[in-house]
Amino acid sequence: MAGPAEAPGFLLSTVQKGVNWARTRSMFPASFGLACCAIEMMGTGAAHNDLARFGMEVFRASPRQADLMVVSGRVSQKMAPVLRQVYDQMPDPKWVISMGACASTGGMFNNYAIVQGVDQIVPVDIYVPGCPPGPQSLMHGILTLHDKIMKGEIASPIGHGTSR
Amino acid sequence: MSDTPNLVTGDLETPSIEPPAEVADVDAAAGRRRRALDLWMSGTEESAWLQGATAEGAQELLPAAEDPALAVQRGTVVTDDFVVEDTTDEDQRQIMNMGPQHPSTHGVLRLQLEVEGETIRRVKPIIGYLHTGMEKTGETLTWLQGPTNVTRMDYLSPLHNELAFSLAVEQLLDVAIPPRADAIRVLMTELNRVASHLLFLATFGLDIGALSMMIYGWRDREAVLGFFEKVTGLRMNHNYIRPGGVAADLPDGWEDDVEEILTIVPQGLAEYEELLNDNPIFIDRTQGVGVITPAECQAYGVTGPNARASGIDWDLRKVFPYSGVERYRFSVPLGRHGDTYDRYLVRVGEVKESLGIVRQVMETMPAGDYRSEDRKVTPPPRKRIDESMEALIHHFKIFTEGFKVPAGEVYQAVESARGELGVYIVSNGGAKPWRLHVRGPSFAHVQALPAMMTDSLVADVVATLASSDPVLGDVDR
Repeated sequence: MAGPAEAPGFLLSTVQKGVNWARTRSMFPASFGLACCAIEMMGTGAAHNDLARFGMEVFRASPRQADLMVVSGRVSQKMAPVLRQVYDQMPDPKWVISMGACASTGGMFNNYAIVQGVDQIVPVDIYVPGCPPGPQSLMHGILTLHDKIMKGEIASPIGHGTSR
Repeated sequence: MSDTPNLVTGDLETPSIEPPAEVADVDAAAGRRRRALDLWMSGTEESAWLQGATAEGAQELLPAAEDPALAVQRGTVVTDDFVVEDTTDEDQRQIMNMGPQHPSTHGVLRLQLEVEGETIRRVKPIIGYLHTGMEKTGETLTWLQGPTNVTRMDYLSPLHNELAFSLAVEQLLDVAIPPRADAIRVLMTELNRVASHLLFLATFGLDIGALSMMIYGWRDREAVLGFFEKVTGLRMNHNYIRPGGVAADLPDGWEDDVEEILTIVPQGLAEYEELLNDNPIFIDRTQGVGVITPAECQAYGVTGPNARASGIDWDLRKVFPYSGVERYRFSVPLGRHGDTYDRYLVRVGEVKESLGIVRQVMETMPAGDYRSEDRKVTPPPRKRIDESMEALIHHFKIFTEGFKVPAGEVYQAVESARGELGVYIVSNGGAKPWRLHVRGPSFAHVQALPAMMTDSLVADVVATLASSDPVLGDVDR
């Protein structure tokens, strides 16, 4: 018999694997560019690097159609509430990649204007280092996220977004 | 008037909103009016008179007849634009917000549009969503670290930022730059202009619906970025041009890479011109859209390709040449109509001229040092550090304390891919700038957006915005 929630039975765990696979294969990023990193993010989606290989070429204009938010660049104090609102508008399950030094830690701008790490506002799954990270770095981050989702390390159950 | 101060209404004589004492005497009525209605500052710790505003300022535009001076400033007084017959009355107007999260705002620009049906009646650009405090950060970095900071301002033409900063510092220092360093600077900045304009083509195409253009522009830009990575180590934000010269010499075989760029990019450009120039859809969406007149360009401080598309023959490389760019032959493409189509054509023309400059630089690249041999700004050679204790100390001091720059102030402008990019520096004789200010071309272009957009159609907003090519890092810093 299937045990409690932490030990699902054969059937449910198999379904979960299928669901995870489906989530990684059609992960739509929100088109949410902030600064320099946004240029590299768009470059990742363009011809030379071709994010379409991972089923991710569709940058959704509306956050309500997106699964993944790539925080690409420095987040100013004025932008922070907007960013949080975009995150809240995304439907569960959702993931966040913090791209570059500024989004991850504030980078070289340790001053009055910049949020010192976007993880103060939204929960971050993957940090991508670099200033700006090249397309290969971003793709590595995305593939790592796919890996973690496939392994169930960040299963992202419904409704986790505000409490994790 | 109700007694709830959290609502902003059109009632200008609200007694509950008191201006602060220090500005009350200027023009009390006008001051109170603006404070009640305009965007002043964010933050909840402000006194009661600001409570009427939300964290991002009052969510409305000023009443149209409110302030003639502000109307001029916001570009609502225009003479040339496409005017739709005024058939609806005032209460059919509505406010639309565009941005800051919008796929075609080129970053985090926010526009408040007052629309009347399909017609834009007024536009208010709201900036500051990318304010990074870079000018303040610049005061905490030494002169040699400065380019690391300024290169992140206009992140599509980073080398122009570095060049403007370095030229300004060199003016204060009064050091001589070797001819090879000058030639490398011209080579790299012109290639940067090519990369930036290719990205303009990509995003412009993306915004007006020519999606294949986006893929093409990015493809060709990669050729230039590959060369940048080889020379500077990074694809963007290079920190390559520094006070005293450049960070490293060009790598072996650089001529082959440049030759490849000079082959790939013109081929691509020919394709794009074939694709777009006579394309009826493209022409319909761009010709006569977002017109700005030469007089308006001068009034708003519009420079660069946007001003040249209106027919203003003004290129800093010609009128105030720097880094020996006057040694190379090139012409300045000019438009005639100042519309979106001409802004596209001028940029395509500039790519060709820049490639011409690059070829001339490649053919006449002088030999010699790639940085000044003035020991005030340049550390001793690596070999000397092994031999001499003094050389080691010298090297250490330059990279920790930094070199000192004589007191004074200087303004140095270069022609970036967007227009006049100026750096104003005040030095008090120390190892860091006392004040650093940057005059960004995109800032002026964003302030000219109302002049371009007023009385045009909603569908033209994106085309106009994309064609003026603002970079929000350059606007906000």
